[in-house]
Amino acid sequence: MAEEIKTGCYICTGCGIGERLDDKQMQTIATRDGKAKFVKSHQFLCSDDGVKTINDDIKSEQLNRLVIAGCSRRAKMNTFEFDNIPTSRANIREGVIWVRPDNDESSETTQEMANDYIRMACAEARTMKQVAPSEEQSTINKNILIVGGGIAGLTAAIEASKAGYQSSIVEKSGKLGGFVANLYKSIPHKSPYNEPQETQIENLIKTAEDDRNITIYLDSIVSKTEGAPGRFEADITKESGASKTHKFGAIIQNNGFTQFDANILDEFSYKTQKNVITQSELESIAKKGKGKIQKPDGKGEIKTAVFIQCAGQRSDKENHLSYCSGFCCSTSIKQAMYFKEQNPDIDTIIMYDDLRVPGVAGEDFYRAGQKKGIVFSKAKVSQVTGDGDNLKVEFKDLILDEDTAISADLVVLATGLVANSGPDPYATPIELDADGKEIENPEVQKIDVTESVLNLQYRQGTDLPHLKNGFTDSHFICFPYETRRTGIYAAGPVRRPMDILQTKDDATGAVMRAISVIENSNKGRAQFPRSGDLSFPEFRKEGCTQCKRCTVECPFGAINEDEKGYPIFNEARCRRCGTCMGACPVRVISFANYSVETVNQQIKNCDMPDEFDEKPRILVLACENDAYPALDMAAQNRIEYSAYARIIPVRCLGSTSVSWITDALNSGYDGIVMMGCKKGDDYQCHFVKGSEMAHERMAKVGDTLESLQLESERVAVHEVAISDIQTAPALIEDMAKVVEKVGMNPFKF
Amino acid sequence: MSDMINQYRNNFLKEVESKVEEGEWVKNCMQCGVCAGSCPLGDAWEHTPQKIFMMIRAGKKQEVLSSDAMWMCTSCYNCIVRCPRELPITHIMHGLAHYAKRLGLAPKNNPTLKFAQIFWNNLTKTGRVNELKVGLSLYFMNGFVEGIKTSLKMQKVGLNMIKNKRFSIAEAWGGHSVKDKSGLHKMLKKAYDLESARVDK
Repeated sequence: MAEEIKTGCYICTGCGIGERLDDKQMQTIATRDGKAKFVKSHQFLCSDDGVKTINDDIKSEQLNRLVIAGCSRRAKMNTFEFDNIPTSRANIREGVIWVRPDNDESSETTQEMANDYIRMACAEARTMKQVAPSEEQSTINKNILIVGGGIAGLTAAIEASKAGYQSSIVEKSGKLGGFVANLYKSIPHKSPYNEPQETQIENLIKTAEDDRNITIYLDSIVSKTEGAPGRFEADITKESGASKTHKFGAIIQNNGFTQFDANILDEFSYKTQKNVITQSELESIAKKGKGKIQKPDGKGEIKTAVFIQCAGQRSDKENHLSYCSGFCCSTSIKQAMYFKEQNPDIDTIIMYDDLRVPGVAGEDFYRAGQKKGIVFSKAKVSQVTGDGDNLKVEFKDLILDEDTAISADLVVLATGLVANSGPDPYATPIELDADGKEIENPEVQKIDVTESVLNLQYRQGTDLPHLKNGFTDSHFICFPYETRRTGIYAAGPVRRPMDILQTKDDATGAVMRAISVIENSNKGRAQFPRSGDLSFPEFRKEGCTQCKRCTVECPFGAINEDEKGYPIFNEARCRRCGTCMGACPVRVISFANYSVETVNQQIKNCDMPDEFDEKPRILVLACENDAYPALDMAAQNRIEYSAYARIIPVRCLGSTSVSWITDALNSGYDGIVMMGCKKGDDYQCHFVKGSEMAHERMAKVGDTLESLQLESERVAVHEVAISDIQTAPALIEDMAKVVEKVGMNPFKF
Repeated sequence: MSDMINQYRNNFLKEVESKVEEGEWVKNCMQCGVCAGSCPLGDAWEHTPQKIFMMIRAGKKQEVLSSDAMWMCTSCYNCIVRCPRELPITHIMHGLAHYAKRLGLAPKNNPTLKFAQIFWNNLTKTGRVNELKVGLSLYFMNGFVEGIKTSLKMQKVGLNMIKNKRFSIAEAWGGHSVKDKSGLHKMLKKAYDLESARVDK
């Protein structure tokens, strides 16, 4: 490399660092071991004076790498950001003095700890490169594609327009309004939450139709989507077959839900009895009669209406829904009020197992229903049968604990919703045995035959991945709306059960995300969690073996393949987690400022005492999103841990290369602790699959250990949440105990 | 079938609302069961307040009003304090008991009922409770023989109370009363008429 590396190392002695550590010694280390060209101590480095000193030195000494030794890299982030100069932070405050006791007997190991962090930071800085701007930014299109013209789509389009962004709504049916357009009235969304209110969907449709920023495509679908945020190209195909390609900056998928099919509910005689209907059928009747509800068979008046909650829902029966659809209880209260509005003497009985009224109307609406004389009965309905003109509802009253029955003129089933997600790209095909019969495997998700919604031309499938129960995965715990395909957002009941008001909020939120991704990709910056990161993955083509592991393992489907099987990184789709880097068996993928080498150098540049010194070394690879802050917070609480631990933050545990583990063991580390986020269905991993990938890869590391004739306990992988401030240091302590038990690593030299 | 028609209808609920004191609250019960769990005598009740409310909604008039459950209430007010829907449960229980008595459905020989009747009769006569007479009526509530037995058993307590001037033998002849006895009786009559107008309509 042509460029001469000039590292400036700045050691802060504020916050008590100066009293606890010998900064002269650290300066020597930085110059001698860290090969820093310029070393300085400062009493208060984050002050204006301190930062000015650094800036002046950058100019006068032509420094092009910086090491800041002081607080954690999570503190004073903006203060120590220098115009495209790779900067490494040696964490000698949270990482050293705050986790070690202040006494004579531990002062030696504490100083050694700090010295190591200086060495490691200098090594990291030396191997980091300057981030060159991405070449990918072409002409950015700022239009938003909205798939679905229901309440969510309309809200999203109107909100986008208010923010000055153009959008196109693609609606499969011939009219806008979706499910809400069929409703007579909605659950109240304004105080005092005691009456059903107008849906106002007509106003919303009119506003959207009149808005010049909104283009509406009816009877249309998205037949092909390719590209990346800022440069999506989508084919919008009309029912007639006419198709045209349009450019978009971001996509919102809000294609809602389908009603659960009540035909399979034989126990409630839905198929055979005319007067057994679903909630949405009742809405249509009420809408048609402008509030007057006629008996579906036309014979006589309705005197008693029974509502059966959780019909085919929250059930473990086959083909039933296992989850709660969230809106049905409030809907039944609302519909019972339709009857009370018509005639207060009509008996309305709601049979529920657990009454759940989420949302703003919530308890107020429930109470209003009780005041109007709706009878609520905690009951388990066993069957509904026809008895001449009457229906007979047999049930068990769960409060009075008795089997009983009542007659009714109308039975309304609360059947719930099924998300209109596209086929899950990660579903495993059904396995057939020799006779062509399906092999039952509850672990394997059944592949669905639903039509694709987005028709993505991605390496990893045509649609957004699911989480469970067929809902489109959106990062529910940290970043709602954020799916596993950057620039494509999910809003409304397609991502989780919700009511109208929640759907509108959701659509608004998704538009905000869409706008932010457009603006970020315009500047070549990452979307969160690494917001604003300008680095992006690069690969050395000569070394690539076309194994396709990176294209398969990328949690965001960001990487496509060319015809020869080489990866094509779509930078705007990339979230910079580095999972591809960890996946690459030949280590050719790297970021300018984060690579296999930057971490490897940190591992190797730690001073390794020989076997008889009785000073083991424990390498900790901690996820920078959760585990590292947990350790920082533990330090703020002065929770002590072993002086033999050396902590290296990683972008995601998924970016961990197996070579780091083998190299660390080969160079004498006695134990390795890896801390990633919670994985599985209720994952907390910021990159969704990163932690899971790491766990999977590290499960195989046992073989490596065996070949080195080392004990498998020396490597531990843990799930650590950001709140685990007691557990995280304890895990390090546990490893120290393990090392004590199994002895020192024989590979020290 | 006829049973089925009257079940879970609003008939009895509406009757309770219009005729039972504080009965309009019953529909607001959300069946959480906190009252049942809070009642210190809950185990002894035939039906807990929670169940009573559900039975009212289920239209079980006979079962509710002939039950001895409401008569077990000691007015400790635990349920009222704890009810998340702020139902005046204690008052509703007394209201139901009173309504059952009025309709003649209350369980015969219920000791609480008997005592309440004795106390009421005693109090309304003069406007003051005649402790001697209340006590003796209570002893003899279940017949002469038992009355003598109980009196002998309580002899010592009674004598001590007299000694300490807690009550007076003189109460046996007339006893003390309010100044305007006829005014009191008029007032009670008026109250009874008002209640009847509501309940018997």
